[in-house]
Amino acid sequence: MLGYAFRRVLSALPIALIAVTVAFFILRLAPGGPFDGERALPPDVLANLRAHYNLDQPIWMQYFIYVKGVVTGDLGPSMVVEDFTVSQLIAIGLPFTLMLGLTAFVSATAIGMLAGVVAAVNQNKWPDYALVLVVMLGVVIPNFLMGGLLQLVFGVYLKWLPAGGWVNGSLPHLVLPVTVLAWPHAARISRLMRGSMIEVLGTNFIRTAKSKGIGERLMLTRHALKPALIPVVSYLGPGLSYLLTGSLVVENIFGLPGIGKYFVTAALNRDYGLVLGTTIFYVALILVLNLLVDLVYAWLDPRVRFH
Amino acid sequence: MAGLTKKDAVLTAYAEKLETLDAPQGRSLSQDAFRRLSANRAAMVSIFVLGFIILAALIGPFFVPWDGGTVDWGSIRKPPDFSKGHYFGTDQNGRDLLARLLQGTQMSLMVAGVATLVSVFIGVIYGAVSGYFGGRVDAMMMRFVDIMYALPYILFVIILVVIFGRSPVLLFVGIGALEWLTMARIVRGQTLSLKEKEFVEAARAGGAKPWTIITRHIVPNLTGPVVIYATLTVPEIIITESFLSYLGLGVQEPLTSLGTLISNGTPVAEVMPWLLVFPAIVLVSMLMCLTYIGDGLRDALDPKDH
Amino acid sequence: MADVLTVDDLNVTFALHEAEVHAVRDLSFTLREGETLAVVGESGSGKSQAFLAIMGLLARNGRGSGRAMFNGVNLLELRPEKLDLYRGKDVAMIFQDPMTSLNPSLKIKKQLAEVLIRHKGADKTSAVRAAVSMLERVGIPEPAKRANAYPHELSGGMRQRVMIAMALLCEPKVLIADEPTTALDVTVQAQMLELFKSLTDDFGTALVMITHDLGVVAGLADRMMVMYGGRAVEKGPVDDLFYDPRHPYTFGLLHSTPHVGARTQRLMPIEGLPPSLEHLPKGCAFNPRCRFRMEQCLVERPPLVGERGGRARACFYEGKLAYEEVEA
Repeated sequence: MLGYAFRRVLSALPIALIAVTVAFFILRLAPGGPFDGERALPPDVLANLRAHYNLDQPIWMQYFIYVKGVVTGDLGPSMVVEDFTVSQLIAIGLPFTLMLGLTAFVSATAIGMLAGVVAAVNQNKWPDYALVLVVMLGVVIPNFLMGGLLQLVFGVYLKWLPAGGWVNGSLPHLVLPVTVLAWPHAARISRLMRGSMIEVLGTNFIRTAKSKGIGERLMLTRHALKPALIPVVSYLGPGLSYLLTGSLVVENIFGLPGIGKYFVTAALNRDYGLVLGTTIFYVALILVLNLLVDLVYAWLDPRVRFH
Repeated sequence: MAGLTKKDAVLTAYAEKLETLDAPQGRSLSQDAFRRLSANRAAMVSIFVLGFIILAALIGPFFVPWDGGTVDWGSIRKPPDFSKGHYFGTDQNGRDLLARLLQGTQMSLMVAGVATLVSVFIGVIYGAVSGYFGGRVDAMMMRFVDIMYALPYILFVIILVVIFGRSPVLLFVGIGALEWLTMARIVRGQTLSLKEKEFVEAARAGGAKPWTIITRHIVPNLTGPVVIYATLTVPEIIITESFLSYLGLGVQEPLTSLGTLISNGTPVAEVMPWLLVFPAIVLVSMLMCLTYIGDGLRDALDPKDH
Repeated sequence: MADVLTVDDLNVTFALHEAEVHAVRDLSFTLREGETLAVVGESGSGKSQAFLAIMGLLARNGRGSGRAMFNGVNLLELRPEKLDLYRGKDVAMIFQDPMTSLNPSLKIKKQLAEVLIRHKGADKTSAVRAAVSMLERVGIPEPAKRANAYPHELSGGMRQRVMIAMALLCEPKVLIADEPTTALDVTVQAQMLELFKSLTDDFGTALVMITHDLGVVAGLADRMMVMYGGRAVEKGPVDDLFYDPRHPYTFGLLHSTPHVGARTQRLMPIEGLPPSLEHLPKGCAFNPRCRFRMEQCLVERPPLVGERGGRARACFYEGKLAYEEVEA
């Protein structure tokens, strides 16, 4: 298992490197970028940038310095928010985004899996049909629309929950954002889980398990669950990516203090430093999370380890 | 965002099946699938509804009394009023919502269409090249695809938007440039397996040029997957574009799209619900139809009883 | 010898495209303690479905009805929870494809031990110990090491042995083996049959050997039941049926496969194909392929009639069964 983990980490490094390299070149070459001369940046910022990016050094040297910086956590200065580096801005917004994302991820995955299993075991009876309806809504209504609608219904008309904003530690303020973020994810997971569970329940080894008289509960939890989880877990990797991008929207709709808000604002203001720095961060985050997912996958299906 | 239609799974399974058949058998597989699809009521209704929406978007503007740019000073922020010809009401600037909606739908469809074309184009070429050359070239090219797959493409779209400004053309191209991955994989798979097939060897032995081989043997087997790919990609692109427009990064005023309309309608929905409701209905309907069609295609190509 | 399983009027139906298809009709037989009963037939004869029904393992659209009495209880009427008290403990089944019949995500020892833990209240350590010694008994080398492995690390033959071990751990009274050797190499098959023989002797288990291969029947079974089109067409002691078959289908089977004890060296395959269960022929299901058919066979279905010596047959033909044509 350890060997597998190590191998996976190694294979993730090139991706990270490529992301950083691409960011490097975009920073240098993109039109409207800081070095274009077209943009009238305040002289202080320009001076800052020049110093920071070591423009007097040969390009390969700049590259090394940049990579080294990234690895040590220095993602460069923001180009619009003066006196703040990208890393600082990320640090400010990160805790919240992580909390939001993890809450949504955990609840969506748990609810999705449970719903999927229930639907599979009760195929074509009412729990199954109810699930299909809920899934359909989650999948078809884009998150920005869902956010708006839920805000309207629960925040404005019913006044049950706050329509936005954030007060530290306030649970009600989390409910709507987490729901909007989690719903599509839960929907997809439950669909996957249902399909996968139905397939597993039809396999020969489940027939063997039944023939041994161990009872339905053990059959489901010990024999069916692990194999059924495999396609679901494969989805978790991409699923995390979507949660991430979803959080961009959700944080903007509900006015929440996470990285997403900074990111979009930066994009609107063409703050390359912040946009690219944040992207690198996101990429790193996704790589790490994908790695964790792969490890879980290997635990579920031992055949994968003996690659 | 991919996953709405699970096109990857559908297409890969379909493409794998096609790989094992030659052109005439491949065609009959597609015909069988088409028959099964026509039996699927949800899918057929969806095709009909979607067709209606598309048609409305294309020719509607000619039939509607107002156009999306004109301001009717007498009717600002008004709910639907048939007497004045504002069937869906007006927005904060006095513009007719129905006209704007049709325009917006047009724009969303256009973006989706162009982006799909771009992605098909890039995907086919990339995949064909990778498959044709095989070996190290192929391994490297596919590794790149794998890497791209793992990354959240919204981020890259946003980066592209930041770089290239808010030109809608670049928006199309940008989105398309990131969506080609699945297509590339499929085309590459097809090319690889076809390369090994006897009739290709025979053709090559007979002195046929690679171009002929590609057009006569590889391309016909591709039409099925391409059609399905296009059908399934369009909803993803519509969502992406709406999402971007909603954030303010996509289509800019005075042009409009479904995303922009929803973004405009949300904050004022309490007092002017029609500004949100109508665009939302159109968007959700389109997505629902495309989901059903996608499901129908998947079932038609890979029938399994539930 | 006591009867350990008595089956009466077993019917198995499947709901297919809004019609009901009978896979098994009016099947009756008894299984005596410690004996080996071979159930013989081609695919579609219903031989597997009958026993899947008894074990409560039919597909979602399948229904079994009738009586399968074990210890005074009708297994067919039990709900799954109640059936679990018997499955794996008193009645066990092993299946045709060892490659897919074991759970790929669980270690062998876990899959084995759980029957003992569940049915005999054993604790984990003693259950694993018993499992390992059973693995040894079924002829698996280095049993402790294998027990710690995952199924995909074992060959097909070994996996089938694991299945057998798993089925016998609780020393069931009845073991149903559904074509256990079909998916294996010929050389492995012979070993497997030897294994069955010695195990059933040692444990005193009654064995139902479902097969289409008469070679399997010859050395192993005491009695056999021949099925066709969902019904039993002939029953009786193996030796009697082999030397003196009294149903044209049995006769045809014996002459179409090489086996020890065959009287003639010439093989004559039975013409035609097994019938589709949805469209069984009128009268006797075998009549389209029967060399000895008469007018009556096309109209009326012959009932299963008992005869001396513990035999039974379902056929109107009373004459001698022999192939006169000799040539080409």
